[in-house]
Amino acid sequence: MFIPLAYLILRTLGAGAEVLDLLFRFRNLEILVRSVLLAAAVTSASVLIAVPLAWLTVRTDLPFRGVWAVLTALPLVIPSYVAGFLVILVLGPKGMLQGWLEPLGVDRLPEIFGFPGAALTLILLSYPYVLLPVRAALGNLDPSLEETSRILGKGAWATFFRVTLPLLRPAIAAGALLVALYTLSDFGAVSLLQYETFTWAIYIQYGYFARDLAAALSLVLVVIALTILVLESGARGRAGYYRSSTGTASPARTVRLGRWRWPALAFCSAVVLLSLAMPMSVLGYWVVRGVSAGEPLLSLWSQAGNSLYVSGLAALVTILAAVPIATLVVRYPGRLSGILERFTYVGFALPGVVVALALVFFGVRVATPLYQTLGILIFAYVVLFLPTAVGAIRSSLLQIDPALEEAARSLGRTPFRALVAVTVPLVRPGILAGAALAFLLTMKELPATLILSPIGFKTLATSVWGAAEEGFFAQAATGGLLLVLASSVPMAFLVLRGERRGW
Amino acid sequence: MTPIAVRCAGLSKAFGEVKAVDGLDLSVDKGEVLVLLGPSGCGKTTALRLIAGLELPDLGTIEIGGQVVAGPGTTVPPERRQVGMVFQEYALFPHMSVRDNIAFGLPQGPLRAERVREMVSLASLESLEARMPHQLSGGQQQRVALARALAPRPDVLLLDEPFSNLDSALRNQVRQETRDILKASGATAVFVTHSRDEAMVIGDLIAVMNEGRVEQVDTPERIFHAPATRYVARFMGLADFLPAESSDGTLWTELGEAPRPAGLPSDNGIDVMVRPDDVNMWPSESGRGVITERSFQGAFYLYRVSLASGSVVHCLKPHTSEYEVGARVDVALDPGHPPLVFVGESSYIG
Repeated sequence: MFIPLAYLILRTLGAGAEVLDLLFRFRNLEILVRSVLLAAAVTSASVLIAVPLAWLTVRTDLPFRGVWAVLTALPLVIPSYVAGFLVILVLGPKGMLQGWLEPLGVDRLPEIFGFPGAALTLILLSYPYVLLPVRAALGNLDPSLEETSRILGKGAWATFFRVTLPLLRPAIAAGALLVALYTLSDFGAVSLLQYETFTWAIYIQYGYFARDLAAALSLVLVVIALTILVLESGARGRAGYYRSSTGTASPARTVRLGRWRWPALAFCSAVVLLSLAMPMSVLGYWVVRGVSAGEPLLSLWSQAGNSLYVSGLAALVTILAAVPIATLVVRYPGRLSGILERFTYVGFALPGVVVALALVFFGVRVATPLYQTLGILIFAYVVLFLPTAVGAIRSSLLQIDPALEEAARSLGRTPFRALVAVTVPLVRPGILAGAALAFLLTMKELPATLILSPIGFKTLATSVWGAAEEGFFAQAATGGLLLVLASSVPMAFLVLRGERRGW
Repeated sequence: MTPIAVRCAGLSKAFGEVKAVDGLDLSVDKGEVLVLLGPSGCGKTTALRLIAGLELPDLGTIEIGGQVVAGPGTTVPPERRQVGMVFQEYALFPHMSVRDNIAFGLPQGPLRAERVREMVSLASLESLEARMPHQLSGGQQQRVALARALAPRPDVLLLDEPFSNLDSALRNQVRQETRDILKASGATAVFVTHSRDEAMVIGDLIAVMNEGRVEQVDTPERIFHAPATRYVARFMGLADFLPAESSDGTLWTELGEAPRPAGLPSDNGIDVMVRPDDVNMWPSESGRGVITERSFQGAFYLYRVSLASGSVVHCLKPHTSEYEVGARVDVALDPGHPPLVFVGESSYIG
């Protein structure tokens, strides 16, 4: 997994001083500022949307609480390039919104290309990355902490800001980390909305065959991502944030919203409308429009087949690699597994563009037989999504009392048979969740697929992006709809499982 | 007359079909430590949470310091009730130091640091003030929770099984410390526990609860020696009940005679309560009983003896009196104090 990264470093060093020269040119600094600005804006907006949403859907008597909980998580299935072209369709010049406003005399909308469009798109897609961990943390919070604060004379608001919010800080930081990394590594939305960040710049340099520069830019991007990772672990602070209770705590009291119910409902509706209902209906509208205009939409079947095929394969290989790693990390803590765990965590910070580029160098120079095959594409997916899968399996392994395995040992099972008889069945939900996540993420993945697909091999992701770039919106919408539908199956599995366990 | 700190009247609370608290009446005098004692599920924790304002009663009223805080048309939220609470898991804020935890309920101002210092010294937490909760031992965490709850000088301190997370050796020590801290601060306290040993050490008064009601409120001594009901008698320790006939002002049981208490309402359905230390037992070939169980308790053996009539009594003997299971024995009442007699559910002392 780290061979490709090492290769990237070698490649950059090999190119020597010219690269440094190229790198420190003013335009690259500008790219740096843009990337960081976008990540900061998207992350803070996501937190501002997600924390109230989480609180409303976990702690209050908001009507249809469960429905909102599911709906607000669903934007995760919409790939950023699909959302990106939908934003262009609706808000862009000569877009749908301008069409509706034209009779009112509005013939110009604020510019959507660049920062505003990219930020809006990514905020609407990535707030669930904060929402889900914060919901989980709120559900697990020991209610007696908040009760104590009330008894000691603090009102509801003071309690929220002085007790609840600080206790949620690790969950918020974890979610914010995901959003920041997601934004930094996003390629689809920024490329369609023409906001030049690292990922887009890397892709363009790669296209110009300026591969030394592409490699150098990739390294800078990785360094930024790692910096964010380090900052996040600093933000967790020194307090021991584990739940002290071992017994059963009474569930937290539901907050009655009273008249505040209406603004709360309006807030949830607005979020769901913008991030889910509107994208889906615009997609549907363009598909219908395309069909009635007689466009050949069914030509997407082979791409859909390809997508399912590589996603399934990638999920399988990822899980096969993730199970031993997770077992090692959880069951045999030591120096090796500690390093392994930290490295998989670092894997979160590797953008798809970077991994793909590294694998191109690796494929051309070393693994020549693999270059231009599905093998190297699958390898890229595994490198990208292994951390996620290990995380899912690890968390369900952690919930299993090692005493269960020891009981099996004491009843005469060998370590391996104890693992098979006791642990594997108990971890199965975690393995399934890891597989579902890997499948979902592979389905949506764009930059690595673009760069590493064998010539002529098209997936839904690459065709949607291609069609959107060329302006074939009906075609892009059909592909987008298929993608969203196919991703919804694993997503529904994940959400329902989460709801059952209260996340 | 001592003013009343807490008074509950006709308090009821149901969760769905389950009546957790069912017509509870209770009053605690200022400066007094009252223990709510009962098995799990008897409603004692719910009663505590009702007083704290963490649950709202379906019926009944609660007064704290003479103010109605819950009742028809009145609901005072927890933060305005002037109560303190120590939770089972302590609920120390994990993101705050010991000092900040203790200061949490105190108003800003010059007196705040002074009061924190007082509480730190009362709870013997010197040198731990800057620590975070997870850096403390269980006993230290418990003292921090106590100091934090006492700091704002609450009208009443509520403690919900605060020792259940400590190991048994530590528990004995912490019980005594807690009682000393409570008494030194002059606080009024309601203390919930399921342990009768704990109740007897901590409480000025014990209220034994059963199915959401109070069965008896009394001093620890009277709760143990003069339980008002069979339920209390059984809860406070092993108790057997021997049927008795009444004639000539005397009660006749299978194990001998006992004085008849004045004021027994009836001559029928009389039982004499027998604790294991109230009977004597010796081996005898023609004995009226057979040993059916023996359990070793260190300094003592506890024997279970089946009598000819089918009744069962337990007998405590020093470890030097070792008999085999199956041995024939004679048993006689030898309480050294007037026996406790039950007619129906109520008790009378002879």
